[in-house]
Amino acid sequence: MIGESPTRSGPFAHTANTVQRTMFMVLLALLPATLFNLYLFGWPAILLFAVTVGACVVAEAACLVLAGKPVSATLSDGSAILTGWLLAMTLPPWAPWWIGVLGAMFAIPLAKHAFGGLGQNLFNPAMVARVALLVSFPVVMTAWVAPHPLFTTGSPTLHEAMTITFAGETPDGVTAATALGYVKTELSRGVPVSESLQEYGRSSVLTYAPDLMDLATGFKPGSLGETSAGLILLGGIFLLWRRVITWHIPVMMIGTLFFMGTLFNAFDPTRFAPGFFHILSGSAILGAFFIATDYVTSPVTQKGQLVFGFGVGLLTWTIRTFAGYPEGMAFAVLLMNSLTPIIDQYTRPRMFGRTRKGEPLPVEGQR
Amino acid sequence: MLLAVGSLTALGLGLGGLLGIAGRLLAVEENPLEAELQALLPGSQCGQCGFVGCAQAAAALARGEAAVTLCPPGGKAVAEQLAKRLGVRVDLSAHTKRVPAYAQIVEELCIGCTRCLKECSVDGIVGANKLMHTVVSEVCHGCGKCAAVCPTNGIRMIEIPDTLATWHWPKPAATDLSLSRRSPVETGMTPA
Amino acid sequence: MKLFPIRGGIHPEYRKELTGDCAIEALPLPSRLYIPLQQHIGVPAEVLVSEGDLVSKGQVIARRQGPVSVNQHAPTSGRVAAVTEISAPHPSGLHQPTIVIEPDGADAWGALAEPITDPFAVDAQTIEARVAECGIVGMGGAGFPSAVKLNLGIRHRIETLLINGAECEPYLTCDDRVMREHADEVIDGARIMAHALNAPKIVVAIEENKPQALAIMTAAAQAHPHLEVVAVPAKYPMGSERHLTLAITGRETPARKLTADLGVVVHNVATARAVHHAVRHGRPLVARVVTVSGQAMRTPKNVEAPIGATVSDLIAFCGGFAQRPERLVQGGPMMGALLPGTDVPVVKSTSGILALTAEEINDRRADPCVRCGSCVAICACGLVPVEIAAHIRHDDLDGAARLGLMDCVSCGSCSWVCPSHIPLVHYFNYAKGALNAQERERRKSERTKTLVEARAARVERIAAQRAANLARKPKVVAATEEVGA
Repeated sequence: MIGESPTRSGPFAHTANTVQRTMFMVLLALLPATLFNLYLFGWPAILLFAVTVGACVVAEAACLVLAGKPVSATLSDGSAILTGWLLAMTLPPWAPWWIGVLGAMFAIPLAKHAFGGLGQNLFNPAMVARVALLVSFPVVMTAWVAPHPLFTTGSPTLHEAMTITFAGETPDGVTAATALGYVKTELSRGVPVSESLQEYGRSSVLTYAPDLMDLATGFKPGSLGETSAGLILLGGIFLLWRRVITWHIPVMMIGTLFFMGTLFNAFDPTRFAPGFFHILSGSAILGAFFIATDYVTSPVTQKGQLVFGFGVGLLTWTIRTFAGYPEGMAFAVLLMNSLTPIIDQYTRPRMFGRTRKGEPLPVEGQR
Repeated sequence: MLLAVGSLTALGLGLGGLLGIAGRLLAVEENPLEAELQALLPGSQCGQCGFVGCAQAAAALARGEAAVTLCPPGGKAVAEQLAKRLGVRVDLSAHTKRVPAYAQIVEELCIGCTRCLKECSVDGIVGANKLMHTVVSEVCHGCGKCAAVCPTNGIRMIEIPDTLATWHWPKPAATDLSLSRRSPVETGMTPA
Repeated sequence: MKLFPIRGGIHPEYRKELTGDCAIEALPLPSRLYIPLQQHIGVPAEVLVSEGDLVSKGQVIARRQGPVSVNQHAPTSGRVAAVTEISAPHPSGLHQPTIVIEPDGADAWGALAEPITDPFAVDAQTIEARVAECGIVGMGGAGFPSAVKLNLGIRHRIETLLINGAECEPYLTCDDRVMREHADEVIDGARIMAHALNAPKIVVAIEENKPQALAIMTAAAQAHPHLEVVAVPAKYPMGSERHLTLAITGRETPARKLTADLGVVVHNVATARAVHHAVRHGRPLVARVVTVSGQAMRTPKNVEAPIGATVSDLIAFCGGFAQRPERLVQGGPMMGALLPGTDVPVVKSTSGILALTAEEINDRRADPCVRCGSCVAICACGLVPVEIAAHIRHDDLDGAARLGLMDCVSCGSCSWVCPSHIPLVHYFNYAKGALNAQERERRKSERTKTLVEARAARVERIAAQRAANLARKPKVVAATEEVGA
C-alpha cells in the first residue's frame, strides 16, 4: 500500500488557492487606502485601528477556546483580522477606544460565533458591529473630524492621541460633517442639495474647494474607508485582477447607485444628489468591493450576486435619500444579507441538459 | 370603548368561524401515519418483532406501543427512519448497522426435515422430505428464521460480501469542516 | 469551424510536458500477465480456459456474457498458470476472478479472424460483430463496450462521429502520442466506425495544447473531405462526452439521454485505432498505450503494455520511483482512481499510471466552507456543489438528488477549485453509491414483498381448501376430530 489508506476519492490535484490566501489578498488590497488614511487622520486613527483589530483577534481566540476548536489553525485564516480591519475602516477615526472594543464584541462573538463561526454567519460581522454601534451611540459614531495629516501642524502627537482615544477627550472645533451628512442636514433645513454641495466646500472646516477630485482622493472628513475612494477602488481592481472577487456585485451595486442618483438628480437637482456624488462619497466604493462581496454573506451563484449587488445599491440610495441616516450602505448590506439564502435558492444555475425547472430538455427532431 | 370591544369580538368571531370552516373543508380523512410507517418497514412479514406482520407492527408503532428499534432485519436504517417519522429521539449507538446476509445450509448437517422450508416467508428454500435442502441465495432476505428452527443447527447466516459492482466510497469523515448552513436539515431534525 | 462555449471549467496545471515528447515504447514481456474477467462496464466474461492450458496470442480466453460485455483475449502466447482471484485495479482493492498467463516468450499470434480488406463494402453488423469479437472497450477511461456504441446507428440517425482527442486530463499524453505516431490508423478506424454508424461526418476534436497532434492529424485527414480536425480550447472537462458534443455541435444532450439522441456518437482516438486493428488485421485488443508519469516517477514514459502487465512492471520499466509517491493513481489526476497497490494489472481502460508527490496533489485538511461560490462558477454541469454536499453531509441523499446529484459527471473541478479543500467529489461519489445501493435494496425488498404475498395467498388457499374438504367429510369423523383436538 502506497501512501495512506484510501480515505478520499479523487481528484488528485488541487488549486494552490486557500482561504488564508484569499483573506491575505483582501488585506493586501486594503493596505494602500488604510495606510493613506491612517496618515491622513494621524495617531488617534492609528490607535483606534490597532485597538479594533486587536480586540477582534482576541475575541476570536476566546470564542475558539470556548467552542473547543483549534485556535491557532483557525486564527491563522485571517478572517478575524479582516473583520476588525473593515470595522475600523467604518468608524469615526478619532472615536474612543471602547467603540473599537465594543464593536469587536458585536462582530465576533455575536455576529459570527453565535452562528457557528467562519462560514456560518448570516450577516456581515463588521456591518452588524457598525450598525449596532451607530444605533447605540449615535453621537460618538457621527463625530467625524476633518483630516489632520501626520507631521503637519494641528495633527495630534502620540501623547495627545492617547488622550483622544483612551480618555475620549476630543478637542473642540475639530469635528466636521461628512459630505453625505452635511447635505442631509442642510436639506432638512430647506437648503437645496445643489446649493449645499457648493456650500460644503466653503464651510469653515475645510480650507480647500471640495470637488469630485477631493472626494476621490480623500481630503475630506469621514471614516477611514470612506475617504480616498480612489485608493479603495485601486484595491478593488486588484481583487478583481487576482480573481478574489468577481465583477458581479461591485459593478451592479455601483451601477445601481449611480443610475438612481443620476436619474433622480435629473428630475430634481435641488432634492437629489447627483450620481457621481453618491458613488464617491460615504463608503460606497468600500462597500461595493470589500463589504458586499464578503463571500460568507453574499450569494454563491453569479446571477444571485447580480441581484444582491442591485439590492445593495438600490437600498443604499434609498436610505441615503429618504431615511433618517445620511449613510445607508451598512443597513443595505445587512438587509440584503438576510435575503441571501432565498436569492441563492431562486438563482440556481440551469443544470446541463435540463430546463430551468429541472426537467430534461426535449429531444429535437430524432426518430 | 364599546366600539373597541365590538370590533375585537367581531374579529374574533370572524376568524374563529373561518378556522372552523377551514377545519371542516381541509380535514384529512384518516391518519395516514400507519400506512406511512408500514411503507418504511421491510414488509417481509418475518415476525421477528413479535407481531404477526409488518402491518400489525406499523399499527403498534402508530399507537406508540412499540419501540422504533423493533425491526431486527431493518436495522439501524429503518430505526432511524421510523424515529424521524415519529419525531422521537432515540439512541441508536448500540444498534449496530445490520449487515445484509443470506442463509446457507451446511450439507452434511441437513437431515431433510423440511422445517426451514415451512418457516421461510419467501419460499426461498427448496427441498423435500428426507432430501437435502438448498437456499436460493438471491431470494433470501436474511431474516434468519430458518436458522432458528433448524434442529441440527445446520443453517448459517453468511454476510453478503462487497463486490466491485456494489462497493462505493464511504461517507467522508465529519471532521471540523462545516459546509453551508441554512439548509433545513441543519436545524437538528435528524438524530445525530 | 464555429465552436460553442461550455459553462464553467478549470485550468489545472497540465504537466503534460513530463511525457509529451516521449515516443511510445513497448514494454518488454513481463514474466506473468493477469487478465481480469471484468475490465469494462457490464457483465464479466466467462472463463474458457483452465490451469495448464496452452494459449496463443489473441486467443479468446473468456467469452462475453450478453451484449454489454466483452471477450478477453490472451495478450501473448504461453500457459495458463492459474485462474484465481486477485486484487482489482480499483480503490477498494477487492478481489476479482483473473486469468494468470505465463508467457512462453514466443509472443506468437494464433489463428486470427480474417482481415476485412474492404470494410466499406461490408454492412454495419459485420463491423460491429468484429469489434465485439475483438473485445474492444472505450479506451478513454470509462471502459464501455464499443460494439454497443457502434450499434447506436441502428436506432438513431447519426450525423456526426466525434473522435475524442481532447485528452483534457492533466499528465496524460497517451492519446496525444497515438495521434502523432499512428494518425493513419486512428483516421482509418474512425472512418470504419463512421461507416458502421452510417454517419456522414467525422469530427476529430483535439485540445489546442497539442499543436503537433493537431498538425499531424490535419495532414492525415486531407484525403478525406468528410473528416474534419478541430482544435478545441484547452479547458477541463472539455473531454467529457456531453461537453465535447456541446462545444462542437452547439447542442446540449438532454439529461438521462445519450448524445446519440442528438445524432452524435463519441469515441476515443485509441478506440478508433483498436477498431482499425480489429477490422483490418483481425487483431483483438491485447495491448494499449499507457502514460506512466508523475513527479515521483524517475523517468516518465508512454508505454505500450500488454493487457495484464502489472503496475509494478510498468514502474520498473520507467526506472522505479524517484521518491516515495504520496498517491498512486490509475487514469488522470482529476477523474482517475486510487490504486490499491502495485500488484494490480493494467486493463483495457487504463490510460495512465501516475505516481504523485504530496506537492503535486496539494491536498490539505478541509477548512470550513466560506461560500466563495467558486464551485458554482466552474461547474460545467450547472450544479451548486456546495449545496449538494451540505445535503449529503446531513444524510439527506434525496435532497441532494433533487439538486442534480445524479447529473454530476464527477469531473472533480469543484474539489480542485475549492479554497477550503472540501472533498466535494468524495461526497458525491459516496452519495451516488449509497443511492444506488438504496435502489438495489428497494428492488430486493419489493421482490421479497411479492414473494411473501404469493406465499401468504397460497397458505390461505390451502387452508380454505382444507376447510372445504373438512366440511364435505361425514359428521362422525368431524366429531372424532373434535374430540381428538
